[in-house]
Amino acid sequence: MADDLIHRPAAALAALLDAKKISSLELVQTFVARKQSVDGRVKAFNSLDEAGALALASASDARRAAGQARGTLDGLPVGFKDVIAVEGQPLTCSSKMLANFVSPYDATVTAKLKAAGAIPFGRLNMDEFAMGSSTENSAFGPTANPWDLSRVPGGSSGGSAAAVAAGEVPFSLGSDTGGSIRQPAALCGIVGFKPTYGLVSRYGLAAFASSLDQIGTFARTVEDAALLLGAIAGHDAHDSTSFKVQIPNYRAELAKRKGPWRLGVPKEFFGTGLDPEIGAAVRQAIEFYRQAGCEIKEVSLPLASEYAIAVYYLIATAEASSNLARYDGIRYGHRSKAATDAIDIYAKSRAEGFGEEVKRRIILGTHVLSSGYYDAYYLRAQKVRTLIRGEFLRVFQGCDALLSPTTPTAAFKLGEKSADPLAMYLSDIYTIGVNLAGLPGVSVPCGFTGGGLPIGLQIIGQPFQETELLAIARAYEQGHDWHTKHSSLS
Amino acid sequence: MNYEAVIGLEVHVQLRTASKMFTRVAAGYGEPENTLTDPVVLALPGALPVMNKEALDKIIKAGLMLGCDIAPVCKWDRKNYFYPDSPKNYQISQYDQPICLRGAVEIELPGTARNVMGEHKSIPLTRIHLEEDVGKLTHGAADSLVDYNRAGTPLMEIVTDPALHSADEAFAFLTALRLTLVQAGISDCDMEKGQMRCDANISIRPVGETKLGTKVELKNLNSISFVRDGIAHEIRRQTAVVTGGGTIVQETRQYDGEAGTSAAMRSKEMAHDYRYFPDPDLMPVKVDEAWLASIRATLPERLFDRQRRYLEQYSLPYTLTSVLVPQVPLCEFFEEAAQLCGKPQAAANWIANDLQRELAAAGSAMADSKVRPAHVAGLVQLVETGVISNNIAKEVFVEMFATGEQPAAIVERKGLKQSTDTGELEKWVADAIAANAGAAAEFKAGNEKALNPIKGAVMKASKGKANPKLVDEIVRKQLG
Repeated sequence: MADDLIHRPAAALAALLDAKKISSLELVQTFVARKQSVDGRVKAFNSLDEAGALALASASDARRAAGQARGTLDGLPVGFKDVIAVEGQPLTCSSKMLANFVSPYDATVTAKLKAAGAIPFGRLNMDEFAMGSSTENSAFGPTANPWDLSRVPGGSSGGSAAAVAAGEVPFSLGSDTGGSIRQPAALCGIVGFKPTYGLVSRYGLAAFASSLDQIGTFARTVEDAALLLGAIAGHDAHDSTSFKVQIPNYRAELAKRKGPWRLGVPKEFFGTGLDPEIGAAVRQAIEFYRQAGCEIKEVSLPLASEYAIAVYYLIATAEASSNLARYDGIRYGHRSKAATDAIDIYAKSRAEGFGEEVKRRIILGTHVLSSGYYDAYYLRAQKVRTLIRGEFLRVFQGCDALLSPTTPTAAFKLGEKSADPLAMYLSDIYTIGVNLAGLPGVSVPCGFTGGGLPIGLQIIGQPFQETELLAIARAYEQGHDWHTKHSSLS
Repeated sequence: MNYEAVIGLEVHVQLRTASKMFTRVAAGYGEPENTLTDPVVLALPGALPVMNKEALDKIIKAGLMLGCDIAPVCKWDRKNYFYPDSPKNYQISQYDQPICLRGAVEIELPGTARNVMGEHKSIPLTRIHLEEDVGKLTHGAADSLVDYNRAGTPLMEIVTDPALHSADEAFAFLTALRLTLVQAGISDCDMEKGQMRCDANISIRPVGETKLGTKVELKNLNSISFVRDGIAHEIRRQTAVVTGGGTIVQETRQYDGEAGTSAAMRSKEMAHDYRYFPDPDLMPVKVDEAWLASIRATLPERLFDRQRRYLEQYSLPYTLTSVLVPQVPLCEFFEEAAQLCGKPQAAANWIANDLQRELAAAGSAMADSKVRPAHVAGLVQLVETGVISNNIAKEVFVEMFATGEQPAAIVERKGLKQSTDTGELEKWVADAIAANAGAAAEFKAGNEKALNPIKGAVMKASKGKANPKLVDEIVRKQLG
């Protein structure tokens, strides 16, 4: 039973709970046991409050027994990327800077999930402050890809992806600033969903780049992604950038939408740098939609493909340089023991507390905003960003969604790109434009390389058309069984 | 060579709002350290700012009071710098699009005497913008402590053009600004509590020169008097330097109000690069005409507009207007009393003198006063119609201030009505003339003043109830 439970979709587990075939306590115990058996190798978790999770599971069972279950999520464990605040739990952002920081408050998504009866299950590893594409930039060591432990799980939400792929938790939350959900989902063979900017509150998400960050979901199936998304989406008075939009019951709605859809294929996303095996798998997925009656049209995104990475690394680093200024060792965070005065506390604490990639981006962002460079870099980048968004929106006048590879390559070897930041940055080339344009995007499993590594299909949706996007993804999923495959890790 | 001073002021004023600028925590003063905090104030990971609309309402109100152009969009920027009083290490402020542009503050300079109105001037403003205040540092011998209670309090920065030319103008500017903001309910402007803080940029130049001289920034001016004294001191200092053949160094100086001296602050000479950029956590807020109209409807009368009205409409003497006008509750009291009795000047006298004095002696506020405008109006009418004399009225005032009893009732109960019984008066006058034969003779010899002791004796005999006008007539008649 246990072996079987760990790879079941969350919706199936919810049905078992609902039918009282298992208890939440048994379920949580099962995942605790799984974590204990495999995480020494996967290293997806930074920490796990077992006692807390078991207590919440018992409380959930009591509610259900009393006929007061709070809904589908009641009693289901949810993994948290270690960048989203849960009251009383560590919030490390996988940084030495926050190694001892415990959050005194809940993020809005956390409060919503708790209200729905879901159980925060573990703090999941990531690239430090969400800066990276491999989860190697973690102060606590890298996470491994469950499909091949010598390879990266992607990043920055690598722990969230690997934990789900390894059967350590049924679904999890991540954050996506330039691809940090979709890319690791693709590399780990699961579904990764990044909502429209503004759909999910960022309150309680330690900021990397405020205008790009968005919390999203990792799951085994599109239906699970919809289930979790429905619980966290919606306007929040604590986040001025959250939108006032009606949140449908995604899970119920997506089953009603059958297409056919008009689907665009950006020709620039199939050029140089794309691994031929991935290109072939994605073309097969496109063929599937065509045969399902969808209209497939080639479209062009010249600006997004040419300038997205440059624009992203100007805007994201500029915002990060300011957002991360609060980590100074004065009131909280790592404080250097060698410091002698206030200026020294800043300099030494930050020198000791931040990793290389974080420092690189803070320095770049500081430069980008400097007097004399602002107009040439930041302001120019914002203008190009507006053009990129316009380019996407123009393409969307003729199609409902866009299809592309999620990543140019499958999971690479641990250490393979560590010494070459630019090569690492290129692994987000297909995902980054979506963040600049504030669009929703999802990665769904669409096959395996000859070496047995998962491949992801990226589907990009129109702003706030999450239901349509989920339905398109689900149509593909229902025609294939990739999502039922899992690694042989045991 | 004669020199003139050129002064620009930067005034920081905390807005009076229920909560802080970007979060729901209460704004306040005097609470135990670090109790007015939350994840936003402390800049915990993940905390986000949300704009306080009341603060925006209040700064727009200030802008409208001062005749500023209000920006159609309220935009927020981050000002990045590291300092332990600012837990985010950036301040949310307004850089290139302040919410209020231009405008002016009308000031009144000291007159040649207390009862003479001084010159009025209009001091042009450059801008007013909104930002958040920082925490408070206390430096000990071995460490420094931070209290974040003040951090995040809505703060507006008012910047004048370099358009003031004397310490007196700066004093008058801050006085007028403070009254305007207090009267509109925008701020309490208590400088002791740091609710109003002023820095001055001061330079001098030969009279007739149009180019600005090298400026010195003067800080730590923590009362309006210190602003005046500090600026006067700095002008003298600069003049002495220049006339002594020296040159002014651009620097920041700290003024010591108690000692009346200033000293250059040890500050890094490198220019700050604040790396301003639009705050991505806050959406620009549109300020439309309907919003402005709703605030315009709440604007109180401007300080000097009221004074001009009192001078013209009520023909009050300048001295009375200068007592009333700074205090809106007193003004409202006065206008109601004047309306009720039709004698504004008499009502103003009672309010500006007796009521003020009694309130001060009792240590109570206008709002707690048992004397209401109807009491004053009643008292004025009793005097005007000759029912009681002015002296008796003073006695009645004290009584009604203590009890709240209507003046007519007090006069009735205590039998204070003036005597107009001519038979009785004739007798008192005759007795008084007899007792003051010398004075009577002097009056007859042409000394008008000699009447006073005789009239005094009559008043004494009548216990103050004799009608002075009638007494005067009868004395003259008997001596005539």
